[in-house]
Amino acid sequence: MMTFLTYLVSGVSLGSVYAIIALGYTMVYGIAKMLNFAHGDVIMVGAYISFCTTSYLHLPAWLSVVFAVAVCTALGVVIEGLAYKPLRQAGSLAVLITAIGVSYFLQNAAQLIWTSNTKVFTSVVGLPSVRLFGGRLTITGETIVTVLACLLIMAGLTFFTGGTKLGKAMRACSEDKAAAQLMGINVNATISMTFAIGSALAAVAGVLLCSSYNTLIPTAGAMPGIKAFTAAVFGGIGSIPGALLGGLLLGIIEIFASAYLSSELSLAIVFGVLIVVLLVKPSGLLGRYVPEKV
Amino acid sequence: MNRLRTMKPAARQNLISYTLVTAAYLVIRLLQGQGMLSRSIQGQLVPICCYIVMALSLNLVVGISGELSLGHAGFMSVGAFSGVAAAVSLESGGVGSPAVRLVAAMAVGAVLAAAAGFIVGVPALRLQGDYLAIVTLAFGQIIVNILQCVYLGVDAGGLHFNFLDAELHMEGGVSIISGPKGTVSVTKIASFTAGFLLILVALAVVQNLVNSRAGRAIMATRDNRIATASVGINSTKYRLMAFVVAAALAGAAGALYGLNYSSVAPSKFDYNTSILVLVFVVLGGLGNMWGSIVAAAFLTALPETPAMRGLADYRMLVYAVVLILVMLGTNNPSVQSFLNGKLRRKKRRKEGAVK
Amino acid sequence: MKKKFLALLLALAMTLALAACGGGGAAGTIKIGGIGPLTGSTAQYGIATDEGAKIAIEEINALGGLQFELNGQDDEADGEKGVNAYNNLMDWGMQILYGCTTSGSCAAVAAESFGDRVFQLTPSASSTTVTEGHDNVFQLCFTDPNQGRTAADFIKNNGLAQKVAVIYNNSDDYSTGIYQGFKAQAETVGLEIVSTTTFPEDTTTDFSAQITDAYNNGAEMIFLPIYYTPASNILIQASQKGYDFTYFGCDGLDGILTLEGFDTSLAEGVYVLTPFDTASDAALRFIEKYKAATGSEPNQFAADGYDCMYALYAACQKAGVTADMTADQVCEALIPVFTDPGFSVDGLTGSGMQWGTNGEVSKDPLIVQITNGVYVSQ
Repeated sequence: MMTFLTYLVSGVSLGSVYAIIALGYTMVYGIAKMLNFAHGDVIMVGAYISFCTTSYLHLPAWLSVVFAVAVCTALGVVIEGLAYKPLRQAGSLAVLITAIGVSYFLQNAAQLIWTSNTKVFTSVVGLPSVRLFGGRLTITGETIVTVLACLLIMAGLTFFTGGTKLGKAMRACSEDKAAAQLMGINVNATISMTFAIGSALAAVAGVLLCSSYNTLIPTAGAMPGIKAFTAAVFGGIGSIPGALLGGLLLGIIEIFASAYLSSELSLAIVFGVLIVVLLVKPSGLLGRYVPEKV
Repeated sequence: MNRLRTMKPAARQNLISYTLVTAAYLVIRLLQGQGMLSRSIQGQLVPICCYIVMALSLNLVVGISGELSLGHAGFMSVGAFSGVAAAVSLESGGVGSPAVRLVAAMAVGAVLAAAAGFIVGVPALRLQGDYLAIVTLAFGQIIVNILQCVYLGVDAGGLHFNFLDAELHMEGGVSIISGPKGTVSVTKIASFTAGFLLILVALAVVQNLVNSRAGRAIMATRDNRIATASVGINSTKYRLMAFVVAAALAGAAGALYGLNYSSVAPSKFDYNTSILVLVFVVLGGLGNMWGSIVAAAFLTALPETPAMRGLADYRMLVYAVVLILVMLGTNNPSVQSFLNGKLRRKKRRKEGAVK
Repeated sequence: MKKKFLALLLALAMTLALAACGGGGAAGTIKIGGIGPLTGSTAQYGIATDEGAKIAIEEINALGGLQFELNGQDDEADGEKGVNAYNNLMDWGMQILYGCTTSGSCAAVAAESFGDRVFQLTPSASSTTVTEGHDNVFQLCFTDPNQGRTAADFIKNNGLAQKVAVIYNNSDDYSTGIYQGFKAQAETVGLEIVSTTTFPEDTTTDFSAQITDAYNNGAEMIFLPIYYTPASNILIQASQKGYDFTYFGCDGLDGILTLEGFDTSLAEGVYVLTPFDTASDAALRFIEKYKAATGSEPNQFAADGYDCMYALYAACQKAGVTADMTADQVCEALIPVFTDPGFSVDGLTGSGMQWGTNGEVSKDPLIVQITNGVYVSQ
């Protein structure tokens, strides 16, 4: 039983990191209708910025997070403006390929700036671990902070998209860009704003990812990015609670698969479950079913 | 020449395609014969052929059928591993002719990849758009993960297979697939001529499919699924047909690829390779077979040119920038109209000069 | 429009292809081609072998005798790119091949160099498939199964642990190769493996399932036949959970003390089977030079690269290799020297290194324990 709880805690911890990344993915996808393959690499940049500010400039941890968020937000807006905006009229695949180009670019630029040597990220979380049941179950401070951050971000995003003017503009763009424009919404600015928010989330995700799993290399964002994308689709892409649910489930399934079934085949099991779920619920767990119209 | 003019446009286009591919092949052969091709270019001929076939087949799925697939390399891996297994088994069974083994390997690779395509396609094609994309991506990851656990060898008693455990209980014999190492100690029998023939076959298959009744049904489904269904066309059947044909071609390309290297690891076929092939297709133009061929050849050769190799650490960075710029250049309306305007003005000036 | 653009692309491709033909080194210099991952997720290992070799070449060239020139090419740890890099180096006029860094790429390249008769010495591709059937390919590192066997023997003979857990990377042939050797030897000598778990990816991985499994099965020691990057993750995550294991790693673990930002106290008591004795005078000189050149600490990969150049230098001198010889002449001259029982090389990663006809190196394995942040020989 205790072992089960240990695995569950690990799964929730991993899952909430996926969830934060997936939230960024889902935001961008929901509004810009593009798969931003470079999202994982923005995460990596965020982690590096945080690493540099704490290790080289010796700034406090909270300030490094602020720095990471600021740099990534700027980076997101610049990437959007230079690489994605000129393709707004082109097909979604053209933007997808450009995003892949941006992803290659960020990875290789990171290697040139920070070298390929592994950096061991020092956790920005100051909280001590909580030990329950006489020390048999450990919940690390990182887990607590990640889960809290995840819930906070989800609540914030839900409020933002549902309650604020800008959020409503985003939803309008997501429904119908042309109609939104006719209503006086600046579509371009709204999409830039979405990228800014998505990238800020990526920075937070990067810092939390590397706080929990400490090694950092220029390709560190690629696999978590893919998995979070999977999580976003799993939960129903475009849906904010869906991203949270998808991320958490993906993390828990991944840990349980390697703990109880086969660590050799854990990836195959995770993706296998995903396929089965999508076949049963073709628009993801919480995705909206949009009937096709002629 | 007259006959060329009176041909149907589709048939004429086919004929031009075959002629141009053959001409390219002959030119390369000629240059090779004269010793004018560097080792670097010669070494890339077979992989370029493989990538061209991969791009052609993926174009059938993405361009013609309109489905985003992110797991095409998975079918390539099925073809590569089964093809290599077939070739090595035949070799140890005493089949001496490399050509026979190569063709048999490509056939086996195509059949097994088609089977994999069918198994994946039947459930997956119920989905659409990004959901289909993620299922194909998941399939690609699953197949790599599974192949990393496969051990296969052949001895006098036949094939020996084991999963997760390296022990094959063979008496003598040779190891064919060895877990994460992938294929090991393969006799390289792939050749440029085989690659060229495979491209011709792929072109013939794809173009004939596109210009057939089935092809029109596939494109109609892509353009409007409901309208197509309403006139009584079974859209799933035709989408599945395109998907399976593409998988079969990818399998054949995989077999050729696998037999061009003495060792290929399963991780070669992860989503990075799938995405690479997708880049070829999109860059070459959706549905544009010629574009796929040129883009695959260009983008495969580009990072290997001495100029790019000379950039050392900056090589992949430059490659990324080129990729982004090319995408912006080919797809941004203002860049296009700028180029168009310039060309038109030039044309007009020329016409003016004639007058 | 599209057609015009494609034509433009083609033209660009041709210009690029033609642009940088030619080149070449100074007269009287032996051209060594290097292959390793300089980009991608394994770049740190390829760059280390490249940089280590460069330092040796600087020293060798300063001696004034034979002159070496190294052209290091990127293979992204991929067989196809490795063969491309190899062909590129052949166009450049390579006489000796130094590489590849990773086993997978090396296995594909070794088949090519064997066909062309180019002498090949790899610093770190430790899989047996690299040398099998290739008389021209030699390794400077121990083979994978060999490391696994040595580790199992050492643990048993010194009574380090009764119950051992193994965590290895099942998508990596290096890791899997050592594990298989270890498992077989553990069965022979009666060492109990109580938990075997794997992981698929080298970075930012959650190891709680693996660590907890080891703990629940009562393992006293975890055997880690993996690279130092994921290993550092395991050490950190186990300490967070409050588990106290002894760890035993192979040469891939060498470098764990050089990780930037790593709390080395976590590595206290870790056993490493490594050929690189960082305490020797020669090693200290090398470490200083490497730091000056690259700004980072060298690991065993860099030392392997350094030793490779000196091994080639010694062999070239003994075989009378000159810069005007062709690659296959160099190859035929070097093979008998390398396999000669009288030929031995002293380096940073072992003294008295000798090679058999199967291409495998024989040198004494060095097992160290990390004590107070430095290696202490066992």
